[in-house]
Amino acid sequence: MFRAKAVLTGLVMLAMIASLATGATGADTIKIAYIDPLSGPFAATGENGLQQFKFAADHLNRAGGVLGQKFEVIGYDNKVSPQEALIQLKKVIGDGISFVFQGNSSGVAHAISDAVLKHNERNPSARVLYLNYSAVDPALTNEKCHYWHFRFDAHADMKMAALTDVIKTNTKIKKMYIIGQDYSFGKAVAEAAVTMLKAKRPDIQIVGNELHPIGKVQDFSPYVQKIIASGADAVITGNWGADMVNLAKAANDGGLKVPFYTYYAASDGVTAAIGAAGVDRIRLVHDAHPGNPNSPKALADYIKEYKKLYPKNDINQVRIQTGMNMLAAAIKRAGTLNVDKVAAALEGMEWTNSSGDRVVMRREDHQLLMPIYISVHTNKNITFDFDNSGFGLLLENKIDMDKATQPTTCKMQRPGA
Amino acid sequence: MPTPTAARMISVADAARPSPLRRYGAWAAAAVALALLPHVLRAPAAVPVMNQMGIAVVFALSYNMLLGQGGMLSFGHAVYFGVGGFLAAHALNLAAQQGLWLPVPLVPIAGGLGGLLFAAIVGSFSTNRAGTVFAMISLGIAEMMAASALIFDRFFGGEEGITTNRAKAASLGGLHFTTDRDVYYLIAVWVLISAAAMYVFSLTPAGRMANAVRDNPERTEFVGYSQRWVRYVSFCASGLFAGVAGGLFAVNYEILTAENMGLNASGSVLLMTYIGGIGTFAGPILGAIVFTFLQSMLSDYTSVWLLYLGLVFLAAVLFVPVGLAGVLAMHGPAWRNQRFGRLAGPYLAAAVVTLVTLVGVIGCLEMVYFFVSAPAGQVTKQLFWLTVNVYTATPWAAFLALIVLGGLGMRWAGPRAAAAFADASLPRAAR
Amino acid sequence: MSELVVFSVLNGLVYGMLLFMLASGLTLIFGMMGVLNFAHAAFYMLGAYFAYTISLYTGFWPGLVVAPLAVGLLGAATERYGLRRVHGFGHVAELIFTFGVAIVIGEVVQLVWGRPAKSYEGPAALDFALFHLFRSSFPAYKAFMLGISVAIFLFLLAILTRTRAGLIIQASLTHPGMVGMLGHNVPRVFMVVFGIGSALAGLAGVIAGPVLGTFPGMAQVLGSIVFVVVVIGGLGSLTGAFVASLLIGIVQTFAVALNVSVGDVAGAAGIRVASLPALHDLWRITVAQVAPILPYLLLVLVLIVRPTGLFGTRET
Repeated sequence: MFRAKAVLTGLVMLAMIASLATGATGADTIKIAYIDPLSGPFAATGENGLQQFKFAADHLNRAGGVLGQKFEVIGYDNKVSPQEALIQLKKVIGDGISFVFQGNSSGVAHAISDAVLKHNERNPSARVLYLNYSAVDPALTNEKCHYWHFRFDAHADMKMAALTDVIKTNTKIKKMYIIGQDYSFGKAVAEAAVTMLKAKRPDIQIVGNELHPIGKVQDFSPYVQKIIASGADAVITGNWGADMVNLAKAANDGGLKVPFYTYYAASDGVTAAIGAAGVDRIRLVHDAHPGNPNSPKALADYIKEYKKLYPKNDINQVRIQTGMNMLAAAIKRAGTLNVDKVAAALEGMEWTNSSGDRVVMRREDHQLLMPIYISVHTNKNITFDFDNSGFGLLLENKIDMDKATQPTTCKMQRPGA
Repeated sequence: MPTPTAARMISVADAARPSPLRRYGAWAAAAVALALLPHVLRAPAAVPVMNQMGIAVVFALSYNMLLGQGGMLSFGHAVYFGVGGFLAAHALNLAAQQGLWLPVPLVPIAGGLGGLLFAAIVGSFSTNRAGTVFAMISLGIAEMMAASALIFDRFFGGEEGITTNRAKAASLGGLHFTTDRDVYYLIAVWVLISAAAMYVFSLTPAGRMANAVRDNPERTEFVGYSQRWVRYVSFCASGLFAGVAGGLFAVNYEILTAENMGLNASGSVLLMTYIGGIGTFAGPILGAIVFTFLQSMLSDYTSVWLLYLGLVFLAAVLFVPVGLAGVLAMHGPAWRNQRFGRLAGPYLAAAVVTLVTLVGVIGCLEMVYFFVSAPAGQVTKQLFWLTVNVYTATPWAAFLALIVLGGLGMRWAGPRAAAAFADASLPRAAR
Repeated sequence: MSELVVFSVLNGLVYGMLLFMLASGLTLIFGMMGVLNFAHAAFYMLGAYFAYTISLYTGFWPGLVVAPLAVGLLGAATERYGLRRVHGFGHVAELIFTFGVAIVIGEVVQLVWGRPAKSYEGPAALDFALFHLFRSSFPAYKAFMLGISVAIFLFLLAILTRTRAGLIIQASLTHPGMVGMLGHNVPRVFMVVFGIGSALAGLAGVIAGPVLGTFPGMAQVLGSIVFVVVVIGGLGSLTGAFVASLLIGIVQTFAVALNVSVGDVAGAAGIRVASLPALHDLWRITVAQVAPILPYLLLVLVLIVRPTGLFGTRET
């Protein structure tokens, strides 16, 4: 029993010792915090994202970095929980980092955006810049916009406008089923789908509008049964991560063979899950050239280099490189790491990304304007596949930046104005 | 027997009551310590962690009202913490937008009311029985509430939760609570108030009878108390203070989500209360401090901190059910016998060998984790100021050797320490 | 519509029988020892992970036998060296101990296998649609799951009612003291039952892993539901566990399929819905959204109204 007492007190000491165990990070670098899921049902998305950020930082560092300093990307696990994300944000601020990238999920994005605004108001000398690379709830650049938030992905309304333009031309669709995750983004997708379909194809009947808890449903068979029973001719979904993988698996198992119009049905395991069953059926709306066919050279080189380093993962978020490059350019233009000056340099910036597209960071709401791509899941003409499955995305439609732009309700308050 | 002519006559009551220094000394010392802590610990991470500890202390103390004092094991205590927190957050938002006069220092009262109300509702049926039935009901309520967040999203904010801004509420005496330091002092004051209140509760008839119901429910019925009522009162009181902790959480983090009501949060409070020791009043305080420290500091350095915590917990349950505070309390006799110094040598030896074993264990576990989860291409890891290559045999052999050596050492040092303890604890007269 | 009903019943049966495999072990353990084993779902997770590792070297089928055995041995060891010690400290301490075991197993799984989900697939031999009905198909692997679960149920029934060991176990369920006095090694019976219960949980993990996913959070997904099943069915009653698991399985599956809102139900029952903004959330919600909390609602109701459960005879 006494040995045990020693064990107990010792075990408590252990952790105190363990806290001295592992070491710290590098010296004089520009630190970038990446707050996204590194565990849980969305770990695959977050881990691949972190790798792409580090890869983009390496590219910048090989070109000399900026202001004589190199970039260093540090990952923080937000577990797709707004609360955990705020705890990590406190750590990031405590570690003295002023640039935060985050993208998964929009729920977390709202919390971080809110917290960054509060922090910047209360600590004008230690401000933080929030660079949102993938959270596409339109509210973040509309009613919740603020000066220190920049978004590098086309938001849900921009994407839905493009998607509904494609759906409009498919006269075989008479009944549409909408299924999504029950949080801000899923709700935004559903709302936009209903409104835009009504405007463009009032003859399409919405036979189902379903929200399921995010990251919790393992077996989507009951939902698939519902979709089949409703007689839907097509499905719209914004599901991503494990939810998209499981939905795809259940759809295949249950024999659901209608066209899917999605936001994130590719890569990080989804393409492999869809497989042959989804050829020419699953479509995706996204922000850059899918690599097939005839990828622009810059993008092709980037993808090949990444695959050499990480053969099991894919470049599936070109916007990561765009975001890092534009941030570096803004720091260079501002000549300082001061967040207010970098933000001033970043807004209004025009850039050409590796897709060969000209993109513009709109000053009004800090939303990056860009052309929008629609691709289809297939195995024909695929040079760059996803998940090493032989299947990938083939470009079908590209909507120009001007047509893809949506108005904003943002009333941004600028510091010192 | 000699007549007590010269002896001063004292009444029984006077003999039983300790001097004011003994009674209030600990509380005064705690107040002074809390006031000075931010000046002593100046690391930038210190104040946020201390805020976290303060909230955990109130929460754990409220949980011990159920577990340690009432004998009721609840798996859903975080529900009252969460409901209190949500109510406090909504109150703060109302204060900011519609001019409800609620200065930040009074927000925990809103939290407490929320916790109390919900506990009163749930307790009306859940405290009918104690034991497993009570535990299962608490589990069911916890799961229900966690899932309800998506359904009642006006109150719970859905997946995003409810955010609030403490700087926008009415100020009290010019305090705006914009910095963590301001919030620290608020939390410190509330910790003192809550702890004192809970301590006083434990001394009231309601608190004492809760102990009685824990030990022998049937007998309390014979003495004339309804065990149901006693449990219900305890339950409501603990819900009240859990709500206060929730209110403090709302002020500190300015966000509440459904997670705050979930099983993980309830599990954490069970862990920290039990590790601290459920048999003493101060046990949960110690447990909350240690747990929060490990959770926030440890997670920076190792990803498997919860494994270490779980192992500590298991060790506590198996070998030391009295918890940390219990272990300290067990040394009371040694202290009173003034033989505490004798323990130093054997304890030090036991501590050293335990340390050696633990370094070995941590080393192995960390290396396994690194082996499994490190990104592609990384083979070396920073461990205890050394850089080790996980793919070679040397570090593994070294740590395993440490474990073996330490284990053997513990077999030698353990009984010696036990003997020294027994010896030191013997009452003086028995020597 | 009838297609929806047929497939919902089938899916509900598959899920329900899976729950039964988990619940049977748990209710046996509780019936014998009075301890609600929090670590039961953790053993389920271990079964899936062991089978995954085995499948990397030998394919799916050996894992079906080896993994449950390994988990069963682990369970027996937990009882022998852990639970037996804590037995003397009371029921609360036992519950807390199994809670700690659950945490440690969860963390060890993350340590040894990593955090991301594992792609544990079913055997290629079963990767086809068993039958097509109307526009949907039913995968053969789910039929296999159903088959195994039913086989286990019949096996348990046979062992408990027709073998001597089974009779001893049944007796220990209600009169452990007497069984001890008759000369049987009751602690050993406890250990064996704990081992068998854990092995059943492990087997459930082996077959459910490919369908419900193999990831560190899988214990939490099913853990609470299994407690609900056991309590509703009646602590210590196998029949109760069977009925309750099928009930919960089918109710949950059907609930998702229904698009009816609470307001509709209230309206059908003749209750006028006042447009109180605070309760607006309440009327708007559909049965599908409420599906996750239905089991817990049932749990709380059963515990209030009939704490012994549907078929049980004891509360603690």
